[in-house]
Amino acid sequence: MKDIAKKVLDGDPRSIARLITLAENNNPIATNAMKDIHPHTGNAHVIGITGVMGSGKSTLICELTRLYRKQGRTVGVIAIDPTSPFSGGALLGDRVRMMELAMDEGVFIRSMGTRGMLGGLTSAVYDVVEILDASGKDVVIVETVGVGQAEVDVIKIADTTLVIIVPGLGDSIQTLKAGVMEIADIYVVNKADRSGVEQAIAEVESLVDITCSGKERKTPVLSTIAKQSKGIDKLLNEINNHKKHLEKTKEFEKQRRLRYEAELVEIIRKRLMNFIFDESKFKGKIEDLLDQIRKKKKDPYTAASEILGKILK
Amino acid sequence: MVDRKVRVLVAKPGLDGHDRGAKIVARALRDAGMEVIYTGLHQTAEMIVEAAVQEDVDVVGLSLLSGAHMTLFVDVAKLLKQKGMSDVLVVGGGIIPEGDVSKLKEEGISAVFGPGTHCDEIVDYIIKNVKR
Amino acid sequence: MVDKKEIEKIRIEKKNWQENCYNPLVKKKPGRKKKFENLSSNEIKSLYTPEDISHLSYLKDIGFPGEFPFLRGVYPTMHRGQLWTMRQFAGFGSAEETNERYKYLLEHGETGLSVAFDYPTLYGYDTDHPLSRGEFGKCGVAISSLKDMEILFSDIPIDKVTTSMTINGPAPIVWGFYIANAENRGISKDIIGGTIQNDILKEYIAQKSYIFPPEPSMRLIVDTFEYGSKYVPRWNTISISGYHIREAGSTAVQELAFTVGDGVEYVKWAMERGLNIDDFAPRLSFFFNAHNDFFEEIAKYRAARRIWAKELKKLGAKKTRSMLMRFHTQTAGCSLTAQQPEINIVRVALQGLAAVLGGTQSLHTNSMDEALALPSEKAVRIALRTQQIIAEESGVTDAIDPLGGSYYIEWLTDEMEEQTYKYWDRVEKLGGVLPAIEKGFYQREIAQAAYKYQKEIDDKKRTIVGVNDYQLDEEIDIPILKMDEKGEERQINRLKKLRKDRNKQKYERNLEKLRKAAEGDENTMPHILDCVHSYATLGETCRVLRDVFGEYEEPAIF
Repeated sequence: MKDIAKKVLDGDPRSIARLITLAENNNPIATNAMKDIHPHTGNAHVIGITGVMGSGKSTLICELTRLYRKQGRTVGVIAIDPTSPFSGGALLGDRVRMMELAMDEGVFIRSMGTRGMLGGLTSAVYDVVEILDASGKDVVIVETVGVGQAEVDVIKIADTTLVIIVPGLGDSIQTLKAGVMEIADIYVVNKADRSGVEQAIAEVESLVDITCSGKERKTPVLSTIAKQSKGIDKLLNEINNHKKHLEKTKEFEKQRRLRYEAELVEIIRKRLMNFIFDESKFKGKIEDLLDQIRKKKKDPYTAASEILGKILK
Repeated sequence: MVDRKVRVLVAKPGLDGHDRGAKIVARALRDAGMEVIYTGLHQTAEMIVEAAVQEDVDVVGLSLLSGAHMTLFVDVAKLLKQKGMSDVLVVGGGIIPEGDVSKLKEEGISAVFGPGTHCDEIVDYIIKNVKR
Repeated sequence: MVDKKEIEKIRIEKKNWQENCYNPLVKKKPGRKKKFENLSSNEIKSLYTPEDISHLSYLKDIGFPGEFPFLRGVYPTMHRGQLWTMRQFAGFGSAEETNERYKYLLEHGETGLSVAFDYPTLYGYDTDHPLSRGEFGKCGVAISSLKDMEILFSDIPIDKVTTSMTINGPAPIVWGFYIANAENRGISKDIIGGTIQNDILKEYIAQKSYIFPPEPSMRLIVDTFEYGSKYVPRWNTISISGYHIREAGSTAVQELAFTVGDGVEYVKWAMERGLNIDDFAPRLSFFFNAHNDFFEEIAKYRAARRIWAKELKKLGAKKTRSMLMRFHTQTAGCSLTAQQPEINIVRVALQGLAAVLGGTQSLHTNSMDEALALPSEKAVRIALRTQQIIAEESGVTDAIDPLGGSYYIEWLTDEMEEQTYKYWDRVEKLGGVLPAIEKGFYQREIAQAAYKYQKEIDDKKRTIVGVNDYQLDEEIDIPILKMDEKGEERQINRLKKLRKDRNKQKYERNLEKLRKAAEGDENTMPHILDCVHSYATLGETCRVLRDVFGEYEEPAIF
């Protein structure tokens, strides 16, 4: 299986796609391959893009990608849509808006479901970012679920985080909880041909004044009309500026360490969950404990200590 | 815990714009726990296969009501084979006369679901016949 | 309508009937269903009485045929004066084959022509365009140039018979072909009659054969209104359609609300350009579906007429002719089954009857084999005979709007009108028709209704005879239409020859003039006609417009 890692490093699309699937499915083959590719990661600029449904994220990503391609840079796009909590299935329709990039060899688009993770990301996203990075993509764009509220996880994985707002969606700022708004490295007011755009920009700028007071860098607020390809070059500029800023101030180091910490935690969490819920020696035990908890013979904390006690021995 | 999900590409090859059926099937597959990637309209065989590669799908579902299936479905099946993706299950639906079904099967389309097909039938078929 | 005391008496007596007659029986023997809901999910009561329509005034709300609000019919005499046009939608393969089919249909009694184009034509591509691969002639006739139009109508008296053309994105160009062909035959454009569908809003909503984005498409449509009202006065420059919205899965109420709403939007755009409403409104026509629920369909057509008349009056129309909702109907393609295809004949008969009782001006009845392929000669003949039997043998045309006054029908008509206005409120709140389309409002409503309907069938809550009940395990054995295999080659050769023989400078100059007009705000029709006359092809003309206007891409909405 060293084979698949090598093919990924060579940039073979089928192997990239296969490894992503294996990683998503927690297949042990993936674990080994990830070990082999990790030394080759760290080169891609990872951009996280978040915003409510209807803010035009996919169209904006399409436009950004087109511009990156014009400049000769390769792009990987991870488009995430919510997995249904009831059926476990997902309708992944973001690819539709990037149709014109479909046949470009320098673009790789992968659609993923959240598969039960909150925070707008899927737990495999760290692996997928590394895979696309290692395959030679200059830029990796992560488009999160347009839920708006719990989008915060994206800052852990991205070097540069964009928050997209749209004028006229009621009170666009109020609809995003405070936590979400503050994660932006760049704010983008898209669909800027709609009425209310000046107000939206003003609201964001006043928020920026508050949150960035005393800081070295003031978060830029840009406006775009993605459907008409307007404002994209300025946006690309600011994204590049941000990368330079990160490198200059050593924020880059901090940012990357954040990502690896989150990744490490996620891997440990998955392994632990795996161990507890799938190992046959534990399975019966869990059912047992659940019965006892239900019957109030035991409380969840005691039950947890029992399980962890067995592992930590 | 291998968290495997069946991934299906639902595609509309050619110029046919009737997507009522494709969208209903997509929803039914989602409700059955599958991850469904919808390509949108006006797809060429190349675009469909490129999406199938990148999304590493287990199934490609082609929907066509304009009568161009003998050309376009076969194009997709041939291209998948060329790319070494014969382990992908290819199924089709739409307005396809009985007489064409056997010819399509010879070219690699494993099943054809015509008008009046119950959504469960499609779900069951996929679950039973996914090759990977 | 009836006096208040009488209504109160009826209400009490109905309650008694319900409690003493109806309910006890239901208790002993439960009804076939717990709840009876029509296809728009409106609950239908067991019985309607004068009480249900006591709020209506005959003279104000119902009135007389040919008079505002036209509920009972657009003309005073309706089918007593003139039967609806029997207009069978047809087209396949090359122009030669379709020409034969038109002659066959006219010979067997159809009274108007209706052209179905193939997908490349619908999208403005010539037969030899790479995207036309595999699609030539499959779902309609391939028309790439004026030459093809000449062949399509050869030996057909287009000065005496009207032609409806189902074309949207490239409608002005295809209309140009028709006009130019007539002119070349010495038939003046001020006497030719017909319709171009030319309804782009429903393309974004349902049928999806759009080319350009919304604003330039609306501009092209108003160009045709303007041109038509001046130079082609007997032509319906638009057929505002609900058929396709219904086929995409909408309910009857949605079909009604979205279609008439689209109509009002077109009127507003035309008035915005400065056109006088009474100059173009008389030539706006409509196109509805005739689906399974018999009475709901009839109520739908009636409500449509009344709503349209009221709205046009509000917008300032003064002429009677401006307020008339004249419509063509087609029986529901999506209701046809591939299983036991002969029984589709029955479905179509009932649907056609509903359209007639609903006051349609023109009707297409589907053929029994259309869930399998394009209609064979025999199947389409039976479909035509269905209309002829309704017209000649059933007696339903003797009295105008015979169901008027039925408590159920008047109540349902009113109900559907009320629900239409509720939908219009929602669209208003989203900013209007175009913003609602952009936000995916219509598409979401339709997808939801389609999914619900399919679930009902899958769960056997709704029976489709032959599909989820009354099934038959049989080999389907009906003749399927076979097309001429040499047709595509012939067409491509014709295109090659046309490109060689035409005057290159003239054709290039005309395309350039069209480009300039499209970039500015001159009416594009005269320039389109010049291009057509100099044998520019459909694809070449469309490419100019594609360059200027761009192409539309839709979001995926489930």
